[in-house]
Amino acid sequence: MTRATPFPGDPPITPELAREHNLTAAEYARIEALLGRPATFAELGIFSALWSEHCSYKHSKPILKTLPTTGPQVVQGPGENAGVLRLPDGWAVAFKIESHNHPSAVEPYQGAATGVGGILRDVFTMGARPVALLNSLRFGALDEARNRYLVTGVVRGIGDYGNCVGVPTVGGEVDFGPGYAGNPLVNAMCVGVLRERDLITAAAHGVGNVLLVVGSRTGRDGIHGASFASEELTHESERRRPQVQVGDPFTEKLLLEASLELITSGHIVAIQDMGAAGLTSSSAEMAARGGAGVEIDAALVPAREAGMTPYEILLSESQERMLVVAKADRVADVQAIAAKWELEATPIGRVTDDGLYRVTWRDQVVAEIPGRRLIEDCPVYHPEAKEDPRIVALRRQRPTPHVPTPPPDEVLLRLLDHPPIASKRWAYEQYDSTVQAGTALGPGGGDAAVIRVRGADWGLAVCTDGNARYVLLDPYEGGKAAVAEAARNVACTGARPLGITDCLNFGSPERPAVFYQFQEACRGIADACRALGTPVTGGNVSFYNESPTGAVDPTPVVGMVGLLGRADRAVPSHARERNDVVLVLGETRPELGGSALWEVMHGAVCGEPPRVDLEAERRLIDFLVAAAVAGGGLVRSAHDCSHGGLGVALAEIAMGGPYEQTGFGLEVDLTTYALRLTALDLLFSESHGRAVITCSPERAAAVTALAQEHGVPIHRGGTVGERGGRVRLRLRDATIDRPVGELREVYFTAIPRRLGD
Amino acid sequence: MRRVAVVVFPGSNCDADTLHAARAAGCEAYVVWHRERDLGQADVVILPGGFSYGDYLRSGAIARFSPVMAAVAEHARAGGQLLGICNGFQILCEAGLLPGALMRNAGLRFLSRPVSVRVEATDTPFTCLYERGEVLELPIAHGDGRYAADPRTAAELEAGGQVVWRYVRDNPNGSTNDIAGICNAGRNVVGIMPHPERRIAPVLGGQDGARLFLSMEAGHATQHAVGVRAVGDRHPGV
Repeated sequence: MTRATPFPGDPPITPELAREHNLTAAEYARIEALLGRPATFAELGIFSALWSEHCSYKHSKPILKTLPTTGPQVVQGPGENAGVLRLPDGWAVAFKIESHNHPSAVEPYQGAATGVGGILRDVFTMGARPVALLNSLRFGALDEARNRYLVTGVVRGIGDYGNCVGVPTVGGEVDFGPGYAGNPLVNAMCVGVLRERDLITAAAHGVGNVLLVVGSRTGRDGIHGASFASEELTHESERRRPQVQVGDPFTEKLLLEASLELITSGHIVAIQDMGAAGLTSSSAEMAARGGAGVEIDAALVPAREAGMTPYEILLSESQERMLVVAKADRVADVQAIAAKWELEATPIGRVTDDGLYRVTWRDQVVAEIPGRRLIEDCPVYHPEAKEDPRIVALRRQRPTPHVPTPPPDEVLLRLLDHPPIASKRWAYEQYDSTVQAGTALGPGGGDAAVIRVRGADWGLAVCTDGNARYVLLDPYEGGKAAVAEAARNVACTGARPLGITDCLNFGSPERPAVFYQFQEACRGIADACRALGTPVTGGNVSFYNESPTGAVDPTPVVGMVGLLGRADRAVPSHARERNDVVLVLGETRPELGGSALWEVMHGAVCGEPPRVDLEAERRLIDFLVAAAVAGGGLVRSAHDCSHGGLGVALAEIAMGGPYEQTGFGLEVDLTTYALRLTALDLLFSESHGRAVITCSPERAAAVTALAQEHGVPIHRGGTVGERGGRVRLRLRDATIDRPVGELREVYFTAIPRRLGD
Repeated sequence: MRRVAVVVFPGSNCDADTLHAARAAGCEAYVVWHRERDLGQADVVILPGGFSYGDYLRSGAIARFSPVMAAVAEHARAGGQLLGICNGFQILCEAGLLPGALMRNAGLRFLSRPVSVRVEATDTPFTCLYERGEVLELPIAHGDGRYAADPRTAAELEAGGQVVWRYVRDNPNGSTNDIAGICNAGRNVVGIMPHPERRIAPVLGGQDGARLFLSMEAGHATQHAVGVRAVGDRHPGV
């Protein structure tokens, strides 16, 4: 039996109190059995945090184990602060995506800002210097004031934090749908680079080594954030606003520099962010990973205000704090480095050999728990999974047109004006995308962003993708599609996809219909990752994304990293030279289920979503990578077909980048392409495995031969016209003929117009 | 080889980029921490971009009290070459080493995008390798970039040829007279809002910023533009 006594003033432990801590009766019984006595208040808080879904993955673990996580390129798979993949010449890339949905729903600015802060710390605690940020955002429709408030606040929060820290925000996505009205999704991804030999992990070892808190003082903010993130949003959630932490990017920048200096100094053996569940999770996880014991005196933790209890200190989620394990004789060295960066570094405990996670308040033991069991004895659930019959019906449903569909050129303009498709310039213009002077392709420039690192020739292509409509209609195909689209986007820049991190945003796993979606989406992700050779290196599960109006659309977001042999060869998305040849790759089938066309014209998300042929996808990717390398680069631009299909892809190729004065005209003849399809099917079907490239006329023959060699169908569609010219698409049963300037005007003003900005 | 000191404040975040750009131009560039009081016999001092002290009060308002600033001011008073980029420009205005101030962007939002600026003055140590009237494409990334000066100061700047760069095509932040960068009356202290250090190689989308650093290395601000033009063709490595 372990020993621990209540701290003066602690409330008595009752079943109600345990329930308020989101622990079921069975879970609390398990805790008492584990301790051999009733828990103290501090222990209840510790278990509540570590056994929350957010920290324990108790509902998702068995499914996550089915994801492929290995490959020759994997240096560090799931389980650490971030995954790590091998790059050429001794370099490595650390990356991870994480959600901050719940805090952003109640306090968009700070919620989003602290989401960025947390993901940065996850990456630099691996010893990697963050070189890029991305974010994947979902909101309700912009015609509601509340959603406009959330969009504006989240975008500002992301910008203000990343801009100040000096890490470029280079990519991501923003999507809109009614399912996100009560519960926006804010997923932030960070990518860092390091020398593989500098990799450090978060395992406490070495008996007698000293634990230090580095960075900000601990306050009463964010107490119970981890358990808040593990419950559904209700009308009461507004009262949770004080549980949202407040970010200080200036301190973060100092912490970043201090941490990297500490890691290379050799004075420390482990470092971990004090993220969700703060001191509790960082110290307990460190102890469990290292297989050692840890003893902390909570009274030594520098507090922002007087009178904080051990419970509060353990569970505070005050931001910009790190837990460091220093070699026993190097404490002063660690403090000197922290002081150089104007940070406090305070010893609060040590590594022990008794395997216990012990918290004291001076001489009194307030918590004492077997360390490994605290992490490993968390119950694992295998919830029931059953598809909702309403989804089955939705998949069978086809839209019933109330009004005749307008001609294709009007449809195209409507799609370009549709916020999920329209340019996100309004958002990314608020993010510093060029700091660190390494951005080869920034937002709006390529299908993925490409960054280079000083001292290396290679480039990293990074993107996030996930279309919830497909997942809603068929979670397995939707999961596959998220990986396939991300891989395609990376490959369009010429990069070889290397691996992914995933952020799995779903409703309550305790509902069979939701758990079915989760399980099937993961199966799709796993199959696609295996087929495309891109292992999962980590990520985040965000359950309980529910508001009074129901669960969010199931939204797995895939963050992909790819490697480009030479950053200066990165291939952009847009046409660049007049008279270049336009080539359509892949096969277009009549696949309008879940399409933007049906969403915009009929207000319907229904039907069978497009199927992903993983073998065809792999061939397309291999071709795109080969074409970017062969002969010093055969293609001038490459853009995949996704939401909005070939029609939107061709328009985007013509419209050009966000800051060009004008786009290019386009002369494309599709009268001999996909012979069985009508104009609407051909232009707006969202079949996967497709891309459009442009190349110089002299290289068209070589490109065509290369495509045939890779078994990729290729169709010579036409040529790039003059700057500011007309976009002409000829089809068998229709023609689109519009000045590119008109398309640009619609595409680039759609979102600011709706925001009144 | 010119000695270039890049001053690092807590919260500076363009210091490494600036250091690299100066070195790529052939300078001997090094970092000076804000607590130091000695600039190490610098020929040129650069205050880089970033968010010194988080810019929580007002951009640059705290940094100007840093210990190093006395030496920076002394360097400028002695005629030494001094450049402030973005937050560095804000600090120079706060410190009174350049006239005017940088206020919240007219659109009230942070703006990160390429802009076009015209080189208006080539008789400064940082623009001597450019042609007057040349239009450059450089990125901006700022929330407080609207250059503001009272009408008299603005008129003096114009009359004295102290407007070094001017936004053309569009004015992204509402700056007075489309001003993107200025110099002091002595022409040795220069401030610029866009980021030349982020455009020094084709892989970064262009190299319009490179000659600013090559100008530094080329030495003295000069009326002998003919003599140095050849140097302008040198392209720095990346």
